[in-house]
Amino acid sequence: MRLPCPHCGVRDRREFTYQGAALARPDSPDWGEAWDDYLHNRDNPAGETRDLWYHDPCGTWLVVTRDTVSHAVHGAAPAAEGGA
Amino acid sequence: MAYSGWRIIREALTGNTGWAPVWRDPDPKPAYDIVIIGGGGHGLATAYYLAREHGLTNVAVLEKGYLGGGNVGRNTTIVRANYFLPGNSEFYSHSLKLWEGLERELNYNVMHSQRGLINLFHSDGQRDAFVRRGNAMINQGDDAILLDREGVRRHLPYLAFDNARFPIHGGLYHPRGGTARHDAVAWGYARAADRRGVDLVQNCEVTGIDVEGGRVTGVQTTRGAIRAKKVAIVAAGRSSQVAAMAGLRLPVESHVLQAFVTEGLKPVIDHVVSFGMGHFYISQSDKGGLVFGGDLDFYASYAARGNLPMVEHVMEAAMTLMPAIGKAKVLRSWGGIMDMTPDGSPIIDKTGIEGLYLDCGWCYGGFKAVPASGFALAHLVAQDRPHESAAAFRLDRFRTGRGLMDEEGTGAQHNLH
Ligand SMILES: Cc1cc2nc3c(=O)[nH]c(=O)nc-3n(C[C@H](O)[C@H](O)[C@H](O)COP(=O)(O)OP(=O)(O)OC[C@H]3O[C@@H](n4cnc5c(N)ncnc54)[C@H](O)[C@@H]3O)c2cc1C
Ligand SMILES: [Zn+2]
Repeated sequence: MRLPCPHCGVRDRREFTYQGAALARPDSPDWGEAWDDYLHNRDNPAGETRDLWYHDPCGTWLVVTRDTVSHAVHGAAPAAEGGA
Repeated sequence: MAYSGWRIIREALTGNTGWAPVWRDPDPKPAYDIVIIGGGGHGLATAYYLAREHGLTNVAVLEKGYLGGGNVGRNTTIVRANYFLPGNSEFYSHSLKLWEGLERELNYNVMHSQRGLINLFHSDGQRDAFVRRGNAMINQGDDAILLDREGVRRHLPYLAFDNARFPIHGGLYHPRGGTARHDAVAWGYARAADRRGVDLVQNCEVTGIDVEGGRVTGVQTTRGAIRAKKVAIVAAGRSSQVAAMAGLRLPVESHVLQAFVTEGLKPVIDHVVSFGMGHFYISQSDKGGLVFGGDLDFYASYAARGNLPMVEHVMEAAMTLMPAIGKAKVLRSWGGIMDMTPDGSPIIDKTGIEGLYLDCGWCYGGFKAVPASGFALAHLVAQDRPHESAAAFRLDRFRTGRGLMDEEGTGAQHNLH
C-alpha cells in the first residue's frame, strides 16, 4: 500500500504510522460516555473508512480515506485542515 | 460412527466404502432455543458444550460460508498457556487442560502435539521479563522452565546463537505448549455437536438481529427468518458488523495478520520457536511445511491479505534467527481478519440486550482459546452468569477502566496491540 502525502507525494506505507479511526474529540474534558466512545468503540467499517496516519518524514498528520476491503486509497489531506 | 484404529483397518480392507458424511446438512428450522452466529472454532465449541455440559440441543450454528472457513482454518495453530495477567492466566490454563483431553472426548484426531514452545530472549532485561512470566505460569499450575544458552542449544542447535546484534541468551521453555491441526478442531467439534443434535446450518448468513422491547427474539438470514430465545454473536473478525445489526458499537477494530508456509521438508523443527527481537515464530506442520508468522500489518483491514513490509520484516527476522531457512522456498502466504480489542484481550459477556451474548476480541490468539471459550460461553448462555474461568472478560472494562488485561503493557489503546 502507498499513501498520498499532500506535501511529499505518493509514498511507501513504511513511512507512515497508523493511529486509527479519524474521530472528533469530545468537547468536555470530563470522563464519560463520549470519551469511552472516542477512545474505545469503533464503527470498524468493512468498506470506506477515514483514518489518521502520521507521515514520519514530514511530520504531518493525515486523514486518509480508503477501503478496508480492497485496500484502495481514495485520498489524503492534512488533519489540521479538517482532513479529506 | 465411532472412529478407531480398527475402523481404519477395516475400511482399508473394504475399499473405504463405509465412510459416511460426518455431519448432517440440515435446513434451518423456524425456531430454536439458542442460535449461534458463526461456525468457526468458538461457535462450534460453544454448540458442543451447550449440548454436552448443559443438555441444550435445540441449538443452531449459522455459518455464512462453510464450517471452519474463517480464521479457525487459517491460523498458525499455536496452543499454549503462557499468559501472565490474572484473568488471562486462569482462562488459558483451563483451555490447555481441555485441549489435553480433547481427542478422547471428541473421538476425533485433532493432532494436538505438545512438542514444547520456546520463547527466546536476547538481553538481560528480556530475561528478567521471561523469568517473571515463567513464575506466573508456575503459580498458575502450568509448566515453565528457564533455559540458558546451552539449554537452548540442546533443543535448537540450528539457530544462529552468535548473531552479532541479537545473540541468543536463553529461552523460556513451555513443554506443554505446541500445535494442533486447525481444520480438525473445527471438524471435531462440529461432528460432536451434530451427533448431539445441534443443527449446523451452512451458507446461511445472518443479515439482521431482531430485538423487541430490549430482548432478542431471533435473526434474519439469507435462508429466512429464524426465531430464537437466545442469540450468541461469535463472528470473530466480523463481530462489529454482526453486533451493529443489534445497534451495538464494539470496542473492536479488525486488522490483518499474515502467515506463511514453505514447501514440505523432512523433519527439522520439532518445537514451536519464537524470536525475541523481531516478529517471527515458527513450527513445522505434520506435512512438513515450515509454518511461520509475525505481527499485524497494523492498520484496520478486512482484505484477508497483507502488505509487503510485514512480509519483509518476517523474512528478515527468520534469516537472522535461522539462516538455514533461506534454502526453503515459501509456498504460500495468506492473511486473516483479527478482531482486536484496545487491551488485546477477549470479551465473553452479556450485552445490554437481554438474551444477546457476545464472544469476540480474540485478536491473534484465539485458536488456543477455542475449547475454553466454547466452554465459558456455553455456561454464560445456559446459566446467564459467567463461568469463573472467563469472568474477567467483561465488555465494560474499557469504560470503567477496571480489569484491563494488557499483556504487552503498552496501554489499552487500539493501535498498540
Ligand atoms: C494468520 C493467523 C495466525 C494465527 N495464529 C494463531 C495461533 O498460532 N494461535 C492462536 O491461538 N490463534 C491464532 N490466530 C487467531 C485465531 O485463528 C482466531 O482468534 C480464532 O480462530 C477466531 O475464532 P473463530 O475460530 O471462531 O473464528 P472464525 O473461524 O473466523 O469464525 C467466525 C465465523 O463467523 C462467520 N460469520 C461472520 N459473519 C457472519 C454472519 N453475518 N452470519 C453467519 N456467519 C458469519 C464467519 O464466516 C466465520 O466462519 C491466528 C489467526 C491468523 C489469521
Ligand atoms: Zn509527507
